[in-house]
Amino acid sequence: MRPGDRIFKNLTTGAGIFVVALIGLIGLFLLVQAIPALQANNASFLFSRAWSTNDPTNMSFGILDLLQVTIATSLVALIIAMPVSLGIALFLTQYAPKRLARAFAYIIDLLAAVPSIIFGLWGILVLAPAIEPFAIWINETFSWFPVFAPGNVAPSVRGTIFTAGVVLAVMLLPIITSLTREVFERTPTPHIEGALALGATRWEVIRTTVLPFGKAGYIGASMLGLGRALGETIALAVILLIPVGSFFDWSVFDGGATFASKIASNYSEFNNPTSAGAYIAAGLVLFLLTFLVNFAARAIIADKKGD
Amino acid sequence: MSTTSLSSPVTTPAFQQVSLARKAKNGVATVLVWLSFLIAVIPLVWVLYTVVANGITRIPFSNWWTEDLGSVLSDEVGGGVLHAIIGTLLQGIVCAIIAVPLGLLVSIYLVEYGRGTKLAKVTTFMVDILSGVPSIVAALFIYALWITTFGLPRSAFAVSLALVLLMIPVVVRSSEEMLRIVPDDLREASYALGVPKWKTIVKIVLPTALSGIISGVMMALARVMGETAPLLVLVGYSAFEHWNIFKGEMASLPLLMNNERVTNTMSVGTVGFERIWGAALTLVIIIALINLLATVISRVVAPKKK
Repeated sequence: MRPGDRIFKNLTTGAGIFVVALIGLIGLFLLVQAIPALQANNASFLFSRAWSTNDPTNMSFGILDLLQVTIATSLVALIIAMPVSLGIALFLTQYAPKRLARAFAYIIDLLAAVPSIIFGLWGILVLAPAIEPFAIWINETFSWFPVFAPGNVAPSVRGTIFTAGVVLAVMLLPIITSLTREVFERTPTPHIEGALALGATRWEVIRTTVLPFGKAGYIGASMLGLGRALGETIALAVILLIPVGSFFDWSVFDGGATFASKIASNYSEFNNPTSAGAYIAAGLVLFLLTFLVNFAARAIIADKKGD
Repeated sequence: MSTTSLSSPVTTPAFQQVSLARKAKNGVATVLVWLSFLIAVIPLVWVLYTVVANGITRIPFSNWWTEDLGSVLSDEVGGGVLHAIIGTLLQGIVCAIIAVPLGLLVSIYLVEYGRGTKLAKVTTFMVDILSGVPSIVAALFIYALWITTFGLPRSAFAVSLALVLLMIPVVVRSSEEMLRIVPDDLREASYALGVPKWKTIVKIVLPTALSGIISGVMMALARVMGETAPLLVLVGYSAFEHWNIFKGEMASLPLLMNNERVTNTMSVGTVGFERIWGAALTLVIIIALINLLATVISRVVAPKKK
């Protein structure tokens, strides 16, 4: 092998190995930094809702509340974003006029180009007041149902998990749509033509060919969206109100903090390694969570591609 | 003797009319699908309208683009965001200088050297995982590495490093796709002429894929420039122009917006309100310009077609 070839091959392979190692390094460094804080922790890390980390000699912190709020916001976002994204993907691949489909797809992709801090500010300053009457109506009409019970930041219904979920859903649309669209586009033409030849209506074509073919891709895409939702930071830090003295109680009208928004809004407390370690421990949990979700998403997509 | 009437078909037609229920289902599906597209367009238009309508008040003044906020009070009209624009561009460019070569090398490995090998599969998988790493986790990793382990100060360079983690997977993905569509005929023709593999990649494959790679890189750059989370953790805000990326506080547009949000009032018509939305509009303009530039450059360097 010529020296030029050897150097170039090693260089590119090295870059590949570096990326593989990077994921391990992220986990390792977070873990190493989190251990001292976890050892100094007086409360149960997994099952406590307390968060007091200012005094490095007397810390007690737990992630239960963060975990619940993170999952709640992500679920609200997914419940809204999944059906809409499916509709958009079908629209772009099956319904939109062929000539305009590309332009329409570009419009959806533009949503992903808007910085998340702008979504956050728009969410709390513009969207929240606009949907407030609707939120109040749900809150009052269905308050007997725990999910819609008055929240812990009442009387405000603006800085809630509900608002955060709606904004997050908008941010997920382009992510879920783009992968779903890609899979739907690969539906074999003979399947579609076969269905058409049997006299299927357009919806029947979709139900019998596009959806069965693209189901795995759609689920995988939604899980990628979930991974994104779990880690979204600044938009949620801007929107969510922090309740004083109370915690998440299963209502979408609660406030609170997710893993990411908690870390982002308390960066000023990173004044000593041990206190910062508490936040890094929370970050480690978030990393593991997103890793698992992404892992599962990729596995689903790869598995269904196999058969 | 019976006669056949020719005014109606002898047998019942094979084709049945589409039943009403099927028609109705089809109609409902069509309406829902169109509706979901419209639902997605509404927030986009609404967000952009909000940014433009609220941000336009300060943008036309020349001092918005030429001054920093160092000499004005937090509630005083005036000053500009030059310091933040400098920071955003500087951090983005430093990030790109590190991330683009790395990402490109990885994609070359995946397409040219690793095809079908186990390591390539693992790499592709890890790139996927990396693209799912939340920006705040990337920021914490750089914090743990750069600040606690190495003992270095919070700086713009640390931000750029965190952005590198977010940019690499995007660059790898788009470049990989572009390299893959380069026809094998080109490579084989080059090998047949005795050109070494590395030279084939550098002189034949990369130039052919260049336009796509560049537009992918620019779009990745535009994406990371709007990131806020790493900025919060890794660098302080400064109202002054600052050029040293290894030391000191440096503003950037998202950080300025966050800073004004925390320290200033956000009610309509106040100075804080105008600064936040002015900075938002500036950021959107910069991102739009980069995307536009991506299209233009990729047109210019696109391989000539007959």
